[in-house]
Amino acid sequence: MGNITFIENDGTQHVVEIEDGKSLMEIAMANGVPGIDADCGGECACGTCHVIVEDKWISSTGSATDEELQMLDLTPERAPTSRLACQVNTSEQMDGLVVHLPEFQM
Amino acid sequence: MKITNLVAEKSAALVPMNLQIKAGHLVYKAKRKAGLIKEFPDFVEAPVPDVATLKLEDIDVSNPFLFKQNRWESYFKRLRDECPVHFQKNSPFGPFWSITRYEDIVYVDKHHDLFSAEPFIIIGQTPKELAMEMFIAMDPPKHDVQRQAVQGVVAPKNLKEMEGLIRSRTQDVLDSLPLDKPFDWVEDVSIELTARMLATLLDFPYEQRHKLVYWSDLAGGGAEMTGGSTDSDELFKGIADMAKDFSSLWRDKAAITAAGEERGFDLISLLQSSEATKDLISRPMEFLGNLILLIVGGNDTTRNSMSGGILALNQFPDEFVKLKNDPSQIPNMVSEIIRWQTPLAYMRRIAKEDVELGGQIIKKGDKVVMWYASGNRDERAIEEPDQFKIDRKSARNHLSFGFGVHRCMGNRLAELQLRILWEELLARFDKIEVIGEPERVQSNFVKGYSKMMVKLSAKQ
Repeated sequence: MGNITFIENDGTQHVVEIEDGKSLMEIAMANGVPGIDADCGGECACGTCHVIVEDKWISSTGSATDEELQMLDLTPERAPTSRLACQVNTSEQMDGLVVHLPEFQM
Repeated sequence: MKITNLVAEKSAALVPMNLQIKAGHLVYKAKRKAGLIKEFPDFVEAPVPDVATLKLEDIDVSNPFLFKQNRWESYFKRLRDECPVHFQKNSPFGPFWSITRYEDIVYVDKHHDLFSAEPFIIIGQTPKELAMEMFIAMDPPKHDVQRQAVQGVVAPKNLKEMEGLIRSRTQDVLDSLPLDKPFDWVEDVSIELTARMLATLLDFPYEQRHKLVYWSDLAGGGAEMTGGSTDSDELFKGIADMAKDFSSLWRDKAAITAAGEERGFDLISLLQSSEATKDLISRPMEFLGNLILLIVGGNDTTRNSMSGGILALNQFPDEFVKLKNDPSQIPNMVSEIIRWQTPLAYMRRIAKEDVELGGQIIKKGDKVVMWYASGNRDERAIEEPDQFKIDRKSARNHLSFGFGVHRCMGNRLAELQLRILWEELLARFDKIEVIGEPERVQSNFVKGYSKMMVKLSAKQ
């Protein structure tokens, strides 16, 4: 399977393996990527698994849904390619995906 | 109708806000005298019966003595097991549904399209003349713009800058406590620390900070609202005083900005700098409502978690040993304290359409109460939920901050205040002993303590 890279706000990189069908949040939590809290456990209801997808990858992850946007609106670090990691299902096609973590989760 | 509105708006602009509240009070008193308002009866305390002796339909979890007498756990456990979506048709607050399981609570909280937060998030109501509006009790999109106006003040970036101040104040308060002699933890620590924090966030005169505590307690404590013991005349007087003080604070800040000085970074200044709220003062009920929201939100919640943590570690002494051996558990323990205490027991909604939940049909217009205090003890979602474990896995997954668009705005500040408190406590004290039973608050909403005697022993 392929890899996904999480880049912390201070530049630290975490390369983790894709597990087909798991969400980006689940993969981050399972691999101990710091900076994702996932307080609601994947319900799109807390906004604490905010990631910013690198521009060129947004077409493969897709953009945030209306439901996500409502939570993302609560964070001042929201960017045009912001997503909630719990709402991004990963697949092999995302090999090489790079996402950035905000400085803070709300 | 239109003319009345026009008159009301005109008077809102011209008459000082505190006098408007006083006028409202006179109307209220006159109506009461004329028998137009049925006086909401005071709650008289009686021993809460064993829940096993009650029929399901007679269970009324709006009873404000359930928490005061610490009998709530068995009541909610029975509802979770036997009737997780429960209808009580005859409560003093009218009929209402109770949602008691974790999963169902998340569902209701997330679906603001099905369940409205308007007009109140408490189980009862305020007198009509005091019907304040606040964004916690507004639906999107109005909610969103008003919340966005103020949430910056507690955004994590600013908190980082506040950390030093919070720590030095915590140190001051802890260093002034007596050793080896019982004192009231609630008064001397929990209330003191939260009052200092609130005064800073609002840039309210520091030496008058206890007014904020008084108003907060008043505003959350009406019998008709939450089963508390605040009398409605006292409530009107308190809110009138609050209106006076905050109107002048607002005007002072506006004058400073108008004189060309840089705007401060407090809640009032932020409200003044946002398009949605810059003329909030001309909408008195919204002005007062949002201020009360910010005051109550930053008061009872953190206060009772500060006290609750002490009690939890006394009831689970092995956890205190664990904590002393590994202080790196503090952040996780803070989440566990907030879960275990659940300082605000619920949020209330109104169904916007008929909704089927847990095999029951909730009708459009029905009151729906999401009991976070119960969901946080739901065995289906949380392992050994009545146990307090500082190293609990997924401790952050608790319901106390709510989920969805109304999720607690001050959550990170609360966590920060509690983390610092525990870091400073561990640095100073070896034993923190609760003496006797604490006294608990009479309310169905605030799950907290009015008095908790504590004795400290210094670290050797």
